[in-house]
Amino acid sequence: MSIAMPGTRRQRGRARVVPSIILVVGAIYTLVPIAWVVTASTKSRGELFSSFSFLPGTGFWQNLVDLSTYEGGQYWQWALNSLIYAGVGSGISTLISAAAGFALARYRFRGRALVFTVLLAGVMLPQITLAIPQYFLMSSLGLANTYWSVLLPTLINPFGIYLACIYAQSSVPADTIEAARIDGASEFRIFRSLAVPMMLPGLVTIFMLQFVGVWNNFLLPFIMLSDESMFPLTTGLYMLLNRGTGTPALYSLAIMGALLSIIPLVALMLFLQRFWRLDLISGSLKG
Amino acid sequence: MGGSRLDEGETMTTAVSVRRARSAQPRVAPWAMLAPAIVLFVLFLLVPIGYAIYLSFVALRVDGGAFGVRRQVFVGFENYVTALANPEFVASLGRLALFGALSVPITLGLALLFALLLDLPGIRFGRFARTSIFLPYAVPGVIATLLWGFMYLPSTSPFNYVFRLIGLPPIDFLNEGVYGSLANIAVWSSVGFNMIILYTSLRSIPSEIYEAAKIDGANEWQIAWRIKIPLLTPSLLLTLLFSLIGTLQAYGEPTTLKSLSNSISHSFFPLMKVYRDAFGTDNISSAAAASVVLALGTLFVSLALLRLLQRRTFEETR
Repeated sequence: MSIAMPGTRRQRGRARVVPSIILVVGAIYTLVPIAWVVTASTKSRGELFSSFSFLPGTGFWQNLVDLSTYEGGQYWQWALNSLIYAGVGSGISTLISAAAGFALARYRFRGRALVFTVLLAGVMLPQITLAIPQYFLMSSLGLANTYWSVLLPTLINPFGIYLACIYAQSSVPADTIEAARIDGASEFRIFRSLAVPMMLPGLVTIFMLQFVGVWNNFLLPFIMLSDESMFPLTTGLYMLLNRGTGTPALYSLAIMGALLSIIPLVALMLFLQRFWRLDLISGSLKG
Repeated sequence: MGGSRLDEGETMTTAVSVRRARSAQPRVAPWAMLAPAIVLFVLFLLVPIGYAIYLSFVALRVDGGAFGVRRQVFVGFENYVTALANPEFVASLGRLALFGALSVPITLGLALLFALLLDLPGIRFGRFARTSIFLPYAVPGVIATLLWGFMYLPSTSPFNYVFRLIGLPPIDFLNEGVYGSLANIAVWSSVGFNMIILYTSLRSIPSEIYEAAKIDGANEWQIAWRIKIPLLTPSLLLTLLFSLIGTLQAYGEPTTLKSLSNSISHSFFPLMKVYRDAFGTDNISSAAAASVVLALGTLFVSLALLRLLQRRTFEETR
């Protein structure tokens, strides 16, 4: 075995060149638009349409100033709105999913199977096709064109509840709950002080999935909001691009806006990468 | 699936303690914990569905000549017949099918290829490739379309700039090639997420399985084809499910690209047609009926795939 090892290693080194090249080509393909937006954001209006895209230009600072002062700093309002919708929405949504998932995983009560089945069916419901009826509902409640109209529908996340349930089953032992109960802890205290810390890696994953989902959402705010000051980045940048058809000067702003909007999420993702438990999704199949 | 671990735990203890544990099960607490989820589920999922179904069966009719009042009447399946027979809607479904036939197989094929390559021992730049390919997951579809859209646009396209330099005719990304261009955006956005799902389930396969095959002289290609891909089937079906649901709901990308392309109409994809009916032409009944058709279509696809999935896992455990 020990004699064969160097040979196989050399063989391996040779055989892995082509797979490595394929992976690097895949990585380059995904990085091309990112590289493009970085260089395009440095171009002045004239340079954008005349020089080769991947060469840096001279207009970065001017573009940044133009974007920041556009309509009285509207872009930064959109960024703040995106942060509110995604941050507040997914935070509350994760807590709701955690409580519901824990209850379904660790209690036995009449109606449990029914609740589980109905919530699971919600996973398969295309939320986007619900956006238009949701608008009529919000409209009749007088909530259309408010922060609530975008925030409230994202609080319910059936897939998050399902993942929380799976994760509670594998990470919160029934014996521990029983022991805490014998010690006189209330059920709420068991959930808050025992279950939540034990479920934390799973909850981070649920939060991130929902955060990205809400941050990337376009149709819901597009339908619900008419007041530009409440737009998130997606609808705001769409509007900039749409107006740019008439005034190409806005293209530079849309490009700068696109670059700035992807920086925080990419940074967050790279930072949180080690806390993600995406195997939860594939693992959920074996349940 | 719920509570299976609880059962195991209980069988290990004595019968007496089982009875005590059951009697100690609180009744109010689980409902209190479920209450927010149930209330929101009813309000923002069940009620809108019910309302959409109601709207799809009624229509506004004007009674009594010129001074007539508009009132809602029950019209049965008339809205469905109108929606499904509408040539614009049928054409939008056809365009969606063409787009899906391009984007879904390419996305899943590349995701599977990358996942299998990442799982090979001794791969170089694996971490770099994995992170880079996953990165577009953090980029909203609208922004992804904006980035690619400018790279397609004749006046700013770096590809056509190079083609011009070397004397090749430019590619018309936004008109003739619009399906390919849309599919490319979809592939770019979703290949990484699917790759990670497949890769994490590959990592969960115990390596002893491969050792036996290697002793028998199997090479990596045979191991991938005969062992890894069959074991990946449940995850592949899951990614197929996500991709199909995503395709049926395509909206943001074509709507954004429409700003740059003349080849994308207001009713290019079904959901765009639904949106136009509801807000553009004020034909709410038709929009509701088309919404219900789309939702049922998605549900049907999901259930069919889940049935397949259950049968697979059942056969494997047998």
